[in-house]
Amino acid sequence: MNKGSSVYKARGLHLFWRVVWARAYPRIVGTFRERSWLFFETLLPILSTAAYVFVYRAIEAPPEYTGFVVIGGAMIAFWLNVLWNMAAQLYWDKDIGNLELYIASPAQMMGILLGMAVGGLVMSGTRAMIVITISSLLFNVTYETGSLLLFPAVFFVTMAALYGMGMMFASIYLVSGREAWHISNLLQEPVYLVSGFYFPVRAMGFWVAAAASIIPLTLGLDAMRQLLFAGDPTLGFLSVPLEIGILVLLAVIFITGAKLALDKLEEIGRREGRLIERRR
Amino acid sequence: MENMPAVLTEDLGRIYKIRGPRRKDDPQEVVALDGVNIEIRHGELFGLLGPNGAGKTTLIKILSTLLLPTSGRAVVDGLDVAKDFEEIRRRISMVSGGETSGYGLLTVEENLWMFARFYGLDSSVALKRINDFLQLLGIADRKRTKIADLSTGLRQKMNFVRGFICDPSVVFLDEPTLGLDVTAARDVRIFIKDWLLEQQDRTILLTTHYMTEADQLCDRLAIIDEGKVLACDTPQSLKRRLQREAVFKLKVGPLGPKPNKEAMLESVPGVRQVSIIEKESETELSLILEKEEILTDILAHLGRRGSNLISLEKREPTLEDVFIDLVGRGLDVDTAQFTGDVSQ
Repeated sequence: MNKGSSVYKARGLHLFWRVVWARAYPRIVGTFRERSWLFFETLLPILSTAAYVFVYRAIEAPPEYTGFVVIGGAMIAFWLNVLWNMAAQLYWDKDIGNLELYIASPAQMMGILLGMAVGGLVMSGTRAMIVITISSLLFNVTYETGSLLLFPAVFFVTMAALYGMGMMFASIYLVSGREAWHISNLLQEPVYLVSGFYFPVRAMGFWVAAAASIIPLTLGLDAMRQLLFAGDPTLGFLSVPLEIGILVLLAVIFITGAKLALDKLEEIGRREGRLIERRR
Repeated sequence: MENMPAVLTEDLGRIYKIRGPRRKDDPQEVVALDGVNIEIRHGELFGLLGPNGAGKTTLIKILSTLLLPTSGRAVVDGLDVAKDFEEIRRRISMVSGGETSGYGLLTVEENLWMFARFYGLDSSVALKRINDFLQLLGIADRKRTKIADLSTGLRQKMNFVRGFICDPSVVFLDEPTLGLDVTAARDVRIFIKDWLLEQQDRTILLTTHYMTEADQLCDRLAIIDEGKVLACDTPQSLKRRLQREAVFKLKVGPLGPKPNKEAMLESVPGVRQVSIIEKESETELSLILEKEEILTDILAHLGRRGSNLISLEKREPTLEDVFIDLVGRGLDVDTAQFTGDVSQ
């Protein structure tokens, strides 16, 4: 309890988890309350996926390629979520006045970011599951079930690294203006290409694939494809255990980076008045 | 620390560096606050009165730990805003006029619950307090309405609830009744008064454009302009400063197109301050004169300009007169929004 206050207010880790759940709540509720996304965020990705499937079928590519495209098309939901609902979110929050209220409250900003990530994960996971289910039925995709235990681990570390990266971007965007919007725009399409959303990333050549591995979805997607489709093993970029190891490392780097960036940039923001300025 | 004031600033200054493209001769920085010294006691409702750009919001942003001062220091509830900001945030809250915070998809109750959790409140306690405060502000029936569907007034009432559910020791209200209709503004003012009556150790710092609001609500107030505090006292004491002067309100015919009419009238010997509001068919003059007799000279002066007298009223000094006397101009805001006494 605070001096003069008759109301109990949690502190430390107890407060942190309350903040995480509170900030995740609007996203989770929004997923089920506002259903327009069903059209824009499931039907449209399915159409793009279908285009690639028909190209691969026309050139008689190995049948695993259909599955590669379906998984890649579904993973786009996570990438878009990280770009627009994680990285650029604090820019919007600044614009509507939420950021000031977050910062002036005792809520830890890492809790706010983690809440955004958890909510985003639920939101994007729902979209991805719908895309995978419909596309798999439409294109008759079959999956290997031998690695069912390893697959959740790969998915989890990929998401930890990916949303860790989103948290770091969000921290950096804390003091930015409209440039946040431009950077997100700039990153959206090129990553579809270099991370191999619609084809095995190995096809880009070793160095391009290695450079693209800074985006966690590159290795995550590659590992998931290796586990789910038992085709030609040479289609994978690196071995699955190595990819998991790199993803764990990326998760640690990004989440630590997010914390350091948040502390530093909040201090810069308070000094330069950037936390309180509205859209320029 | 027990004897520390709720808010204390010592030679507080804030300079903004101007970023982004600008012309060579544009200023590189703006002085928003310049040597501000104020002391607000626990239990006080303290007002900051000043025109746009006076530095009121900058002061609130510093006290609410969103902005660092460039000089001097500020203390809230005995804690330094630069060093102890994490502890200060547990004890304060802030509500601004025209706020659009929250998420439109959530209901009023859900939004308020989210913010209450950011302050660490238990869910059940938060929901009970939300319900109680919504009742107090007369919007309990909107608990399940999405905030995207709320009118400006209802949304601002919700913002008020957000500011108070976390049981703050010090509340910063930045133009809280801005843009509200008469009824909503009155409800908000009554709510503020009642809250302070029930929680006598709590403190409110309020910025406002509305003179009557400041006069009726505030225990003490500071008049601020161009980043400097020009006066700080109770509304009664501030008004007493002008009681030796003669304060008149005149309605006269149009003064014509000549620019700088205030300076023209101020050139009449014995005229302390002039404020002019021009309307379609008449002009309103607020005059502060050293002696009543000077009014004769003013009327003669106006007569020479062909402006006839429509009405004349001698008034007791108001806060607006004090403001004009100190700042040299009126606030020029629509005060029609303010009606009703909230002193009950």
